[in-house]
Amino acid sequence: MFPSRFDYVAATSVDEAIAAKGDGGDETRILAGGQSLLPMMKIRLANPSKLVDINGIPGLDVLERVNGHLRVGALVRHADMVASDLTFGAVESAAPWISDPLVRNRGTVCGSVSHCDPEGDWNSVLLATGADVVARGPSGERVIPIGDFVVDLFTNALNEDEMVTEIRIPVPSGRSGGAYLKLERKVGDYATVAVAAHLELGGGGVITKAGLALTSVAPHNLKVTDAEAALVGEMPSEALFAEAGELAAAASSPRDDVRGTAEWKRQVVRTFARRALATAAASAG
Amino acid sequence: MTKVDDTTHMTTPPEIGGIGHRVRRHEDARFIEGQGNYLDDIVLPGMLHMAIVRSPVAHARITGIDTTAASEVEGVVAVVTGELMDQHGLAWMPTLSGDTQAVLATDKVRYQGQEVAAVIATDPAIAVDAAELVEVDYDILPAITTPQQALAPGAVLIRDEKEGQTDNRVYDWEAGDKAATDAAFAAADRVVSLSTFYPRSHPAPLETCGAIADVNSVTGQATIYMTSQAPHAHRTLFAMVTGLPEQNIRIISPDLGGGFGNKVPIYPGYVVATAASLLIGRPVKWIETRSENLISTGFARDYYMTGELAVTNEGKILGLRVQMLSDQGAFYADAQPTKFKAGLFHVVTGSYDYPAAHVVCSGAYTNKAPGGVAYRCSFRITEASFLIERLVQTAAYELGIDPAEMRFKNFIQPEQFPYHTPTGFVYDSGDYPTALRKALDEVGYDQLRAEQVAARAEGRLMGIGIAHFTEAVGAGPSHTYDIAGLKMFDSAELRVHPTGKAILKLGVMSQGQGHETTFAQIVAEELGIPVTDVKVMEGDTDNTPYGLGTYASRSTPVAGAATAMVSRQLAEKAKRIAAHLLEAAPEDIELKAGELFVKGTPARSVTIQDVSLAAYTNMPDGMEHGLEGVHYYDPPNLTYPYGSYIVVVEVDPETGVWKVERMVALDDCGVRINPMIVEGQIHGGLTEGFAMSSMQWITFDDDGNCIGSNFMDYLIPTAWETPRFELLETCVPSPHHPIGAKGVGESATVGSPAAYVNAVIDALAHLGVRNIDMPLLPDRVWSAIQSAQG
Ligand SMILES: Cc1cc2nc3c(=O)[nH]c(=O)nc-3n(C[C@H](O)[C@H](O)[C@H](O)COP(=O)(O)OP(=O)(O)OC[C@H]3O[C@@H](n4cnc5c(N)ncnc54)[C@H](O)[C@@H]3O)c2cc1C
Repeated sequence: MFPSRFDYVAATSVDEAIAAKGDGGDETRILAGGQSLLPMMKIRLANPSKLVDINGIPGLDVLERVNGHLRVGALVRHADMVASDLTFGAVESAAPWISDPLVRNRGTVCGSVSHCDPEGDWNSVLLATGADVVARGPSGERVIPIGDFVVDLFTNALNEDEMVTEIRIPVPSGRSGGAYLKLERKVGDYATVAVAAHLELGGGGVITKAGLALTSVAPHNLKVTDAEAALVGEMPSEALFAEAGELAAAASSPRDDVRGTAEWKRQVVRTFARRALATAAASAG
Repeated sequence: MTKVDDTTHMTTPPEIGGIGHRVRRHEDARFIEGQGNYLDDIVLPGMLHMAIVRSPVAHARITGIDTTAASEVEGVVAVVTGELMDQHGLAWMPTLSGDTQAVLATDKVRYQGQEVAAVIATDPAIAVDAAELVEVDYDILPAITTPQQALAPGAVLIRDEKEGQTDNRVYDWEAGDKAATDAAFAAADRVVSLSTFYPRSHPAPLETCGAIADVNSVTGQATIYMTSQAPHAHRTLFAMVTGLPEQNIRIISPDLGGGFGNKVPIYPGYVVATAASLLIGRPVKWIETRSENLISTGFARDYYMTGELAVTNEGKILGLRVQMLSDQGAFYADAQPTKFKAGLFHVVTGSYDYPAAHVVCSGAYTNKAPGGVAYRCSFRITEASFLIERLVQTAAYELGIDPAEMRFKNFIQPEQFPYHTPTGFVYDSGDYPTALRKALDEVGYDQLRAEQVAARAEGRLMGIGIAHFTEAVGAGPSHTYDIAGLKMFDSAELRVHPTGKAILKLGVMSQGQGHETTFAQIVAEELGIPVTDVKVMEGDTDNTPYGLGTYASRSTPVAGAATAMVSRQLAEKAKRIAAHLLEAAPEDIELKAGELFVKGTPARSVTIQDVSLAAYTNMPDGMEHGLEGVHYYDPPNLTYPYGSYIVVVEVDPETGVWKVERMVALDDCGVRINPMIVEGQIHGGLTEGFAMSSMQWITFDDDGNCIGSNFMDYLIPTAWETPRFELLETCVPSPHHPIGAKGVGESATVGSPAAYVNAVIDALAHLGVRNIDMPLLPDRVWSAIQSAQG
């Protein structure tokens, strides 16, 4: 592998990383697991002038439940999520679907979230569960709802001198269930289509909160708000989930490519949304 | 899990490890422990590094190349262009199919990824950086990406530099008998036809291609380390291309990290590195990146095929008609026997007995990479086998006959061997009905058909696919087979040393097939020297006998036979030495498992080790010292391995996603020398068949941009998605091979794609679906269901 020439800073604290990033401006990139950045540098699709390596910063590997949230620090790897028993629902369901064991050992959840690749899996899970992104810059910390953080294709809401320090996923207190269904061509492949579903049930089993988000079928991970609205207040049923599947298919805007036709992808969205919601409801018990 | 009958008859104990023993592969320890010696492991003093500048576009006229900026980079030693190569008569080179190929483009680029210039520098990173600074001006021309476009009237001429070339046609070729076939069709109750496309694929060996050229500026000795499956043939061709005297060219093929046919062609990079070393006087190393390997080196398939079967209402096949159009890319660079323009595609008549066939083939130039034989295909038998097995399956549906029954009705019967096919092959041996019956019993065929009926009633889609293939491998007899004029014999040289240890040198070249073990086992079988006492050497043209190399499943049929023959030659001499030691007549000496004894009195014996020592220390008067020989083997015929493969799939009607539930593979490759290695080859091939049927293809957009230039886009299945294989065996030895063996390296790649595809089609057959082109991507399967349901 022969990337273009670049400078390299191994940061030992978040402040140092932010300072180094701010100095370098646009051409400077944070290096976390390197599983998205390095492949792009390898083929010279990305040519950063400087890398700020955050892997040596202590404390960023925090993974814990506090105050009703699951905190996932900037150095928590996909593999940590697979191994952890703190995960739940769609989060637990999605973790083993991220690429393959090699990529999971290095790649970070926050790196994936920051990267805003519409084919990345985590942002759909965060959209469905209603997570927050915590960013730090020279003037301190701010909490950005995931829906605001994901701006567009490979575009997030960070300022140039900010980095993500953790994400916070709300842990439901009552009956809840979730699922992540992914169609990939082979292990290690990005999703052709994937669906994250999250349901919380109240007394009598009525749906009190619903999250539904899609991977790889829009310019960015897509929260299907009208499907969510249609679900809330209803009793789970095949017909209801089929309706939500229709709404998800309608909201998606897939494209024809080597993975398949747009028409078929929409059909997979329809089918997977229905199945993911049914699985979520079933696992909510 | 593997279930195999041990039908081979072992004549040696495990300590000797002759034929039939599951001897662990001798080569594996060094590979597993990181002690192999691959091309990129080799570092020579003063070595420079080369990076190639490639065309970003598929078809364009070059209007200018500016190398100034690249030349000025510190560490850059030279920038080589086509113009410079042309000054040495090396801008073009001959291909293995009698065409020419650009080494570095001078006039036009004809496919994306074509070599335009090369930068030679002191460091590989510098070479890559500087290569980006070479400025090439292109005048874009329309790109042709299919053979149909290529042959359409008015299509832009790709090979405008070729004298007399007025269109994009590469060749027209035919086999069989048109009149007899027309008569068969006239007599038929029905004609069943199928058109299908076998898409372009790539072998993608783990190790990409590369070379280190080391030309001594004083002696003129050129030592070229090269990822070559055919080092001897490459040396001769190098001599012819460069004009260097052949004795001064030494090609060393080190450990190869896979080949699959990808390392048969001669690539421009080899030639440029050699020319650069010659001009600069220092060693030059060139290693491809993965993307370079995928976009520019020997691809496979890209065949558009239409087959028609003339049948009776009872399901008897009367004749076959085939029309094939092949996409050859920009240069016709197939590595294949000279006589046959489409390889051995005309073996397309398959495992069935009918009198007439007519096969018409054409090839066309397109703006895609050249080299279309690579990838474990036995010279295009993959395509042939796929077509006939898909076609027979289609005929079964059209006639309402069970697909297994359709095959039994038409099989060549055991007593018909040697069987002369209507396109000119002479199948050596086989028992097809027994093979298919055994595979059907193993899979529980009748039960599965009953389950299929039940599944359909529930709205589930389940399919059972069969393929019964026959291959033609082991090229080949000198009367018919040559590549670039070189006859396709192969060779073995064997020396037994005074301590009884042997060195076997071969003209073939392992790329992972386990030659160091398999061929040692043949020597162990014939001479009784323990397999661990036999060292096998290949790949160094100065140290091995001349041979045509390893591809098309030819090593065991040809070099394996040569090994048996040279061992027998030494056995005869050993008997004469033993007779001397035992004071008996040579004709009374028998050799069994390393013991040489007087017939009838086994107590009077010496060992092969005693004899080896005597060969150097105590020879009878008049007998030449040493125990050494060489044999060049000219096979009397090809060998014809075959197999019955059965696949069971479940298709998700809502998404088109399909999953293999069972894969039963029966192979008959005659006598198995090392059954474990044979099973490994079969596992690999079954995986590749699955790959091509499900995901693995290289496609191009309308501008000729290659989609599939990296492993994110070019999919190779892992252990995760690969189905579990259940292996079976029968053994009908080859009657003409000295140890009864047939080639098997490609059987499963050749035979299995049709089985997977037939299974998916079988799941949808009741809806009227007859064809989906590979790869059977779920969207294609789903669309087929949708359109069938109207
Ligand atoms: C073969 C392969 C297959 C893959 N398959 C999948 C898949 O199926 N599903 C999937 O979701 N992903 C997949 N990925 C991507 C993988 O999940 C990456 O790990 C992830 O996208 C990026 O995380 P990282 O830690 O490696 O980030 P890096 O590659 O280090 O960085 C990615 C980008 O995010 C920025 N960044 C990283 N961390 C931060 C931070 N804390 N704050 C601000 N910016 C930051 C970087 O500057 C860079 O721009 C695959 C990757 C590979 C190589």
